[in-house]
Amino acid sequence: MYSVKVLDAGTPVRVSQHLVTLEIDGVAVTVPAGTSVMRAATEAGVRVPKLCATDMLEAFGSCRLCLVEIEGRKGYPASCTTLAEPGMKVRTQTRKLAELRRGVMELYISDHPLDCLTCPANGNCELQEMAGVVGLRDVRYGYDGANHLRAEKDTSNPYFTFDPTKCIVCSRCVRACEEVQGTFALTVDSRGFASVIAAGPTDFLASECVSCGACVQACPTSTLMEKSIIDDGQPDHSEITTCAYCGVGCSFKAEMKGTQVVRMVPNKDGGANHGHSCVKGRFAWGYATHPDRIRTPMIRKKITDPWQEVSWDEAIAYAAAEFKRIQAKYGRGAVGGITSSRCTNEETYLVQKLVRAAFGNNNVDTCARVCHSPTGYGLKTTLGESAGTQDFDSVEEADVVVVIGANPTDGHPVFASQMKRRLRQGAKLIVVDPRQIDLVRMPHVEADYHLKLLPGTNVAVINALAHVIVTEGLHKEDFVRARCEPKDYEKWKAFISDVRNSPEAMEAVTGVPAADLRGAARLYAGARNGAIYYGLGVTEHSQGSTMVIGIANLAMVTGNLGRKGVGVNPLRGQNNVQGSCDMGSFPHELPGYRHVSDPAVRALFENDWKVKLDAEPGLRIPNMFDASLDGSFLGMYVQGEDLAQSDPDTQHVTAALRALECLVVQDIFLNETAKFAHVFLPGSSFLEKDGTFTNAERRISRVRKVMPALAGLADWEVTVALSNAMGYPMHYDHPSQIMDEIARLTPTFHGVTFEKIDRLGSIQWPCNDKAPEGTPVMHVQEFVRGKGRFVMTEYVPTEERSTRQYPLLLTTGRILSQYNVGAQTRRTPNLIWHDEDRLEIHPHDAEQRGINDGDWVGVKSRAGETVLRAVITDRIQAGVVYTTFHHPFSGANVVTTDNSDWATNCPEYKVTAVQVSRVAQPSEWQRQFTEFDKRQHELLPAHEQAKA
Amino acid sequence: MEGHKLVKMVNEIAAFFHAEPDHAVAIEGVAGHIKRFWDPRMRRELLQWVDEHDGEGLTELAAAAIRANRDRLSPQKTSG
Repeated sequence: MYSVKVLDAGTPVRVSQHLVTLEIDGVAVTVPAGTSVMRAATEAGVRVPKLCATDMLEAFGSCRLCLVEIEGRKGYPASCTTLAEPGMKVRTQTRKLAELRRGVMELYISDHPLDCLTCPANGNCELQEMAGVVGLRDVRYGYDGANHLRAEKDTSNPYFTFDPTKCIVCSRCVRACEEVQGTFALTVDSRGFASVIAAGPTDFLASECVSCGACVQACPTSTLMEKSIIDDGQPDHSEITTCAYCGVGCSFKAEMKGTQVVRMVPNKDGGANHGHSCVKGRFAWGYATHPDRIRTPMIRKKITDPWQEVSWDEAIAYAAAEFKRIQAKYGRGAVGGITSSRCTNEETYLVQKLVRAAFGNNNVDTCARVCHSPTGYGLKTTLGESAGTQDFDSVEEADVVVVIGANPTDGHPVFASQMKRRLRQGAKLIVVDPRQIDLVRMPHVEADYHLKLLPGTNVAVINALAHVIVTEGLHKEDFVRARCEPKDYEKWKAFISDVRNSPEAMEAVTGVPAADLRGAARLYAGARNGAIYYGLGVTEHSQGSTMVIGIANLAMVTGNLGRKGVGVNPLRGQNNVQGSCDMGSFPHELPGYRHVSDPAVRALFENDWKVKLDAEPGLRIPNMFDASLDGSFLGMYVQGEDLAQSDPDTQHVTAALRALECLVVQDIFLNETAKFAHVFLPGSSFLEKDGTFTNAERRISRVRKVMPALAGLADWEVTVALSNAMGYPMHYDHPSQIMDEIARLTPTFHGVTFEKIDRLGSIQWPCNDKAPEGTPVMHVQEFVRGKGRFVMTEYVPTEERSTRQYPLLLTTGRILSQYNVGAQTRRTPNLIWHDEDRLEIHPHDAEQRGINDGDWVGVKSRAGETVLRAVITDRIQAGVVYTTFHHPFSGANVVTTDNSDWATNCPEYKVTAVQVSRVAQPSEWQRQFTEFDKRQHELLPAHEQAKA
Repeated sequence: MEGHKLVKMVNEIAAFFHAEPDHAVAIEGVAGHIKRFWDPRMRRELLQWVDEHDGEGLTELAAAAIRANRDRLSPQKTSG
């Protein structure tokens, strides 16, 4: 439950055109039809006692505390399960009701430890509060009867405890697990007095529980309690901010004691998450104060030199002097910068401004290069805007959900819960994935079609789906005629109708039975509302952009755009991928996705920034590496990104980093990239600065500073200082002024201010004169580009194919408990769930190679070799292996190659031909990595080494 | 930058536009993409490599696109 009091209306809000007026304790109140009497009472300002009810869950009616009297009705109905009706006259406080409620409380308290003063929920316990509300003064039954007071406490979960002695079996936890999270890990075991809450056969840690914390939040007592509260006590104030993990962008209340975070509670008014969270956002925030945080700037001439701690001024002056020296010697284009999707909009905006205005070139790129850059290209080409079309709530009206190359339950868990709720209501599901992700079959969710394609054949599948729809006449010709370019459509129609794109022709290529593909196409095309959600399994391919275009084609031809329940929805990997792209982080685009070659756009920025801008595109990240190795790119400023771990073909990347004459890394930890750096600028976590993040649904939300920056400066202040030292003055007193500048120069942000975000909670861009409060669904009347554009998507097989030498295809992904390169989550107790990356291999492939579960196996590609432990599972198909990339020692990217998307150079992480064999020792790369890592730690100042 | 890598990249761009039945549109697609997305030094090195190796390794469409747009793809001296 929330420590810092939040009004709980008892049952969920209802939306209806029909309104009902009733009278509660003499107060008239009007509510939407379907609203409970309890909620109506709350809205009338009347608090009805309750224990099993909370507005995050459907009414249950078990505690009998919320009984009321209704004129003309017999008995004492529970107000949570009784719906408001016109003319109803309700009384919530009578002598009889008080007597009944006291009786109920007596029974609860007779089996409850009376240790309120030392209980972690003291002062914030609904049971304690209700005992006071009903005026409980005595328990007639005494305390010596049968009870649960000797039940054992379960402390197995790293973040919360389960103390059954405090449990009143209200089922709020069980219902939260079912209704909110959709995992069904908890149950009420046994019956009557013997009833207990159970999480699987042994304890919480060994159960199906995903540690989302919904149960902890729902618990009205201290039965389920955060360990941080047990250790530190109840918070005294809170601040609303935005999670720094995935692209869902959950809103949280950071509950504080002074400047110490003691709990993160999802904000029930959060537009993206509606009060839900996952294990990372709710619990894994301890990294922010981890001892590994480096708090003092450091410099060194060579990466073999010891680090020297210096003042901020010295570090900034050194970095600026080095960049100037490199530019004087090698040319203006010899330096550049990388913005981070983990930093705020204001910070990424400043980094790209620094590069364009102070460095004088367009060599700026962002980590979206290696994840969703094809989304930007594909959606801009077809629909006219580089962004997803819907809000998350749109899924609530989807009838057919298509999930392509995404694993929402692990990568975007809070949205997955919303999606699962819709699926439980009966929406159909099509999964396109080489691996059996959890959504394919889990409690109360089962995919109607799982198109288990071979890695690298996405475009063949999307073409075959479109082929079926067009050739069987399932397309929405009226929509296409009204909304799309007719000439392009006719050309595309002829292309897609060709038999070479049929499911039968493509079956041998994709591995997907033609009948399944036809069935899936008919299901999607026949839906009233069909919605496509996709992830990096779409973009991280040599045909990533082609596939995004193919998805947009499919949505257009079926008329699934421009309203709720439909759309093309990229699930962004990191919290601010959308924002970093919006802010002009790409080398060819200024903020708002406007090309640098456009003189009018440049003039707008030149007038505002008082500087001449380069009209030519700059280097993209992979191009920067190549240019570094050929000696034309020698200085790099990297803010909050770990290129050495996250980018493909590690040995190529590290060779390029070694070739730089000045690498400046700004990060909260000495990440893998920083080990090649000459200047280290300590970064600030999301808790230490103000700004905004933009999530996958274009929702701009506030990030609020709740504690001082550990190193003294927020990231945006460091970029300002560097720009000033470079000779290009920047002056901002607060990030709100940076947003004002963004709004001034970016049409889709014209109406955005911090004040408006504070007032509305969040804003989905475009936000301007036409849409002053934002745009949840795009392309409603027409596409942003005017007419939608069909583009032909010929399937071109990747060059990365299985061969005799490398017979298996490696594909990569992520896991729920870890985030990206793991820099944050590896420094939290989340390690308990995933302390190493493993290689999933099919039993058939394992048997052929004599591999047993848990064996060390070498994974070798044409790029390199690493060693992981094997997990034998049929989640992965024969011929394909799978791993995650959360731990640097795993070296997943030592194996991935330099293949990339034709349009954007987004790496082809998802297809690497490999051989796998049993080995007895780590790879040569891992041996070198360990040695280098040890040496780099030895080069840190003595007090930093001592912390390690 | 390595010439063979740039050639591979151009060929991949050309492979996308290969489906376009109108050859002129396909050529414009390839050249326009390079112009819009490639840093000038990459274009310069591509053109240099094509000259030195007589276009070796380029697909027909890629070669035609570069041939027809040579001036446009050549970077201005002040850039990069």
